[in-house]
Amino acid sequence: MATVETRALRKEFTGHTAVDGVDLTINEGEFLVLLGPSGCGKTTLLRMIAGLESQTSGDILIGGRVVNDLPPRARKIAMVFQSYALYPHLSVAKNIAFPLKAQGAPRESIAGEVDRAAKMFGIERLLHRKPRQLSGGERQRVALARAMVRHPDVFLLDEPLSNLDAKLRNLARDELKQFQRRLGTTTLYVTHDQVEAMGLGDRIAVMSGGTVRQLGRPQEVYDEPADTFVAGFLGSPPMNLVPVDGVLVGFRPEQLLAPGAPASEGVGPAVPMRFAVERVENLGAGRLLYGTLPDHAPDQKIIVSLAYTVHSSIEAGRTYDFRMHESNLKFFDPGTGRRVPARPLPARRSA
Amino acid sequence: MADPKKIAGGVVNFGVIAAFTGFAAFPFAWMVITMFKQTKDLLDPAHNPFVYNAPPTLEHLRVLFQDTLFLHWVGNTLFVGVLVVLITLVLAVPAGYSLARLTGPAGEKLGIGIFLTYLVPPTILFIPLSRLVALLGLQDRLWALVLVYPSFTVPFCTWLLMGFFKVIPKDVEEAAMIDGHSRLGAFVRVILPMSVAGLLTTIIFSFTLVMQEFVYGLTFITSSKNLTLSVGVPTFLVRGDVYFWGSLMGACFLSSVPIAILYNLFVDRFIAGFTVGAVKG
Repeated sequence: MATVETRALRKEFTGHTAVDGVDLTINEGEFLVLLGPSGCGKTTLLRMIAGLESQTSGDILIGGRVVNDLPPRARKIAMVFQSYALYPHLSVAKNIAFPLKAQGAPRESIAGEVDRAAKMFGIERLLHRKPRQLSGGERQRVALARAMVRHPDVFLLDEPLSNLDAKLRNLARDELKQFQRRLGTTTLYVTHDQVEAMGLGDRIAVMSGGTVRQLGRPQEVYDEPADTFVAGFLGSPPMNLVPVDGVLVGFRPEQLLAPGAPASEGVGPAVPMRFAVERVENLGAGRLLYGTLPDHAPDQKIIVSLAYTVHSSIEAGRTYDFRMHESNLKFFDPGTGRRVPARPLPARRSA
Repeated sequence: MADPKKIAGGVVNFGVIAAFTGFAAFPFAWMVITMFKQTKDLLDPAHNPFVYNAPPTLEHLRVLFQDTLFLHWVGNTLFVGVLVVLITLVLAVPAGYSLARLTGPAGEKLGIGIFLTYLVPPTILFIPLSRLVALLGLQDRLWALVLVYPSFTVPFCTWLLMGFFKVIPKDVEEAAMIDGHSRLGAFVRVILPMSVAGLLTTIIFSFTLVMQEFVYGLTFITSSKNLTLSVGVPTFLVRGDVYFWGSLMGACFLSSVPIAILYNLFVDRFIAGFTVGAVKG
């Protein structure tokens, strides 16, 4: 176990900067998720920590030790690749034993370690098979077993679930989190999937354009986005951003309360807000309403999400009196996109 | 009743396979028939060439083994072949790997450049090369061929191996580096075992090139005991306008069959998608 720290870490490729001065500290035993769209630099950052890519400038510390010039094998890390990168010419047992052999572990101990790792991931009966005879989920387990077998200081995971089908992915996510809890190994996990990030991370670092836009606990990043990028990237559908009197007002689709929906407690009083519904999408587990706020921004389309438990009848083409807790409104500078202090919502235009 | 479409399909299938088999096997059959035929029988235009009109004979093989240095030439060819294969592997494997992995987009252009050098015909190169051979004092020695043959096996095999290394996912090699190996270690433990098909192709290809090479063999070797098969056989079994057909066919048959068997042993390896299952599949 160890901490991982990057200090002003930069990576430039010819023509563009992939990682632009990232300062990040991953605490001992923490599960940190790097979340961002493709091309935001998250994988490059991970590969620099792994030692597969050399940094242009800045420092990387693992367990308090500067590892800038150490090759990957000397960093005491294990990595699970998006493709799993199993060795196709070796059996599952030999795949798992590979890092132990490479480190020169005593022959007697290898078989025991392999069995232990295989048991942990429930793949004992696959040990004699070749990777090409395994399903996607089984390959992923083999890759995880191979990564943990030699007790690394740090786990690096590069979108390890993205090749699984949706059904398996939920299950694998749960298992992954449990293994990490049990082992207590410091983990850095790269993904573009916000659901994975919210579900797995102790903390999330949201990246864009080579920089970390926000670092915090999942709920914190969701509730209190630092800028419009984070606000728009997390949540499905994302946060509504409505220009009102020179400022961007943001609120989550589920925060606009339908008539008859119960108000949340402890977040202050709810103010009325009229909502003109243009289209209703029934998704089974809830409803999505598309429309505008005629009193605040009649030209800006917004999305409202109604939970399954809200039974109010809503029809397209009509305007309803919705409500909103003022404390749920977030304000952003339209120029920089950064958060600005909360202010009272400007008065209605048509009153 | 079986579906008539299926039967027709089977017949076409069988017909195509039979035609190709006949095409591939015909030269071997012709060689075998001819090498045991009496010369009178062979040269009589009234005789059916596919059957023995006179009793078969071992005379042609006797001529081949006793009156020529055939076994000697086989030995020379093996000597040159094995050394050239080794030199080719030692140079082309690292070169192909580097071009596939380390030099980025420039590597591809360099690779094509290297392949182009293979296209320069020996008939142009043998004049400058003969001066080089003379300078090194290697005239009429097998070492001249050991030196010269890699000039065309290395470029071609580098290019060939480049293709094999390229299809191996980079992830697998990086995984090995994280799992505790240096780049060289990862190459030896993971990349080479995954490239067995490419290595075998390189070995067989270089060896066959050496076996069939004629121009350099003729230019740089003069004494009969130093000749390789490809020069020795036509030089000594074609005298003026007299062709020793039986012995020629015997020599061809005996030297081509081992190569054919070798090819067949590894044909699966050549074809098999060897990296299937390494990554998501």
